Amino acid sequence: MTTLERNEKLIQLALLMIALSAISILAIITLFIFKEGMPIMFKYGVNKFLFGLDWYPTEQSFGLLPMIIGSLAVTAGSLIIGIPFGLACAIFLTEFSSLRLRQIIKPIIELLAGIPSVVYGFMGVIILVPFIREHLGGSGLSVLAASIILGIMILPTIISISIDSLQAVPRSYREGSIALGATKWQTTKMVTLPSAKSGIIASIILGMGRAIGETMAVIMIAGNAVSIPHSVLDPVRTLTSNIALEMGYASGEHRQALFATGVILFIIIMILNTIANATAAKQRTK
Amino acid sequence: MTSNIAIESRDFSHFFGPLQTLKKINLQVFRNEILGIIGPAGSGKSTFLRSLNRLNDLVPGSRVEGTLKIDGKDIYAPDMSVVELRRKLGIVFATPVPLPRSIYENVAFGPKMAGVHSRRKLNELVADCLKQTTLWEEVKDRLDSSALKLSGGQQQRLCVARILALRPDYILLDEPCSGLDPISTMKIEESLRELKKQYTIILVTNNTKQAARVADRTAFFLSGEMIEIGQTEKIFTAPVDQRTNDYIVGRFG
Repeated sequence: MTTLERNEKLIQLALLMIALSAISILAIITLFIFKEGMPIMFKYGVNKFLFGLDWYPTEQSFGLLPMIIGSLAVTAGSLIIGIPFGLACAIFLTEFSSLRLRQIIKPIIELLAGIPSVVYGFMGVIILVPFIREHLGGSGLSVLAASIILGIMILPTIISISIDSLQAVPRSYREGSIALGATKWQTTKMVTLPSAKSGIIASIILGMGRAIGETMAVIMIAGNAVSIPHSVLDPVRTLTSNIALEMGYASGEHRQALFATGVILFIIIMILNTIANATAAKQRTK
Repeated sequence: MTSNIAIESRDFSHFFGPLQTLKKINLQVFRNEILGIIGPAGSGKSTFLRSLNRLNDLVPGSRVEGTLKIDGKDIYAPDMSVVELRRKLGIVFATPVPLPRSIYENVAFGPKMAGVHSRRKLNELVADCLKQTTLWEEVKDRLDSSALKLSGGQQQRLCVARILALRPDYILLDEPCSGLDPISTMKIEESLRELKKQYTIILVTNNTKQAARVADRTAFFLSGEMIEIGQTEKIFTAPVDQRTNDYIVGRFG
C-alpha cells in the first residue's frame, strides 16, 4: 500500500469518526432527556402529565395540557400567518418580479433569519403588544401577539427554501405552458407550484420546527399564564417557555417535571415532522 | 393574392441586450405551406420562430425593431393579446417537454386554460388530436398515466397533439426531430404532410435533408441574416447565393 492510499484510508476513518460523534451527541442528549424525564411521568401517571390542567410543581401537580395547547396554538397561528405571506412572497419573487429586484430582496430576507430572537421579542413588546392592547383589548400579551411575531420569524425559512424549489422547476415546463396560451398565473398555479410542492412543504416543516421550538421571543410576548386560552387575545405559556422560565430555580421532582416537559415537546415535534414528511412523500408519488 | 400571405416580416430585427440576433429579416409565409428554415447553429432561425409567438418576451433584455405581421396584424403592437397569439401559433420544441402530468391532461391543458371545461368536449378533443398524430392507438388505454413515461418519439408526438388541441392556425416546429430516431422522425414528417392541409407550418431544422423532404419553400439563415428564400427544389438544386450552396453541400455549418 502506498503512502497515498494509506492517507486516503486515514482520511476516510477520520471523517467517519467525526460523523459518528455528531450523531452520538444527538443520541446522548435524547437519552439524557428521556432518562431524566420518564421516571417522574411513570411515578405520577402519563395521563396526569398529558391531560392535567393544574401546574403546581412544588405540590406534586404536574398538568401540562395548558402548555401543550399553548405550543400547538402558537405554532398553528404562526403558520396561518407565515404560509400565505411567505408563499406569496416566494411566488412573486420567482415568477413575477424582475431579476434585479429578486437579487436585491432575497439577501435581505435571508438576513432576517440572522436577527436574534430576543430582538423580535423586543419589537413585539414595544410595538405589537401595546397595539393589540389598545385596539383589540386584553393585556396584549397573547396568542395573537406570539403568532404574529413567530409568523414573521419563520418567513425567511419559508421564503428562501420555497424560492429555491420554485427556481429548480425546469424552464421548459414554464415555457411549454406559456406556449400553450396559459397566462403567467395559470402557469404558476397549474405547473410550477405542483412541481415545486415537495420543496415548499419542506420549507413549511422547517418553519414549523422553528416556531414550535422558539423560546425567547415567546416568553416576552405570550404572557406565560398557565391556563387554556379561550380566545386569541388570552395569554398562554408554551412548553419551551415553561422549561426556560423555571429551570433556573427548580430542584428535585420539579426539575424532573421540566425534563418531562422536554420529553413531551420532543415527542410532539417528532409526530408533527412525521405527519408532514408523510404528506410530502404522498404528494411526490402522486 | 394578398390574403394568401399569412405572415409578413418587414425589416424585422431582434436583440438580446446589446447582441443583435436577427438583422432586418424580410420574408413572407403563405397559407397552407410548409416553410423550412435551415441554417447553422446560432444563425437566428430559432429566434425568428420564437419571435412569431413572442416567446422571446420571456427572456430578459429581449427587444425588437421593424414589423412582424400575422394575418395582417402587427403582433408587437401594444394592443396585441399575447395569450391569444400563442394559442394561434402552437410551437413544438426541439426536446420533447411534456408537462409533468398525465397524457390526457397534457393535451387538455391548452383548452382548459382557455376556459373549456366541458368533460365531453375535452374527451372528444383529446381523442381527436391524439388520432391526428397517430398516437391514439398506442396510448388510448393509459391516458391517465404520466406523460413522462412515454418514449421520446411518443412524447414529441404528444407535444404536437397538445398544440393541435389549441385549434391553432399555425404550427411552429423548432428542430422537432433532433433527438429522435429515424422511424419516429418519419412518423412526424408523415403527420406534417397531413397537417399541411389545415395549417400553415414553419419548420426550423438542422437537418437540411428534412427540409428537402417536407418543405414547400425553404429559407436559409446565416448569422442573423436571411440569405435566400425560394422553392425548396430551387434552393437545393440551383441556389442563387454561394453561401447557400456551400451550406447545402456541407462545406461549413
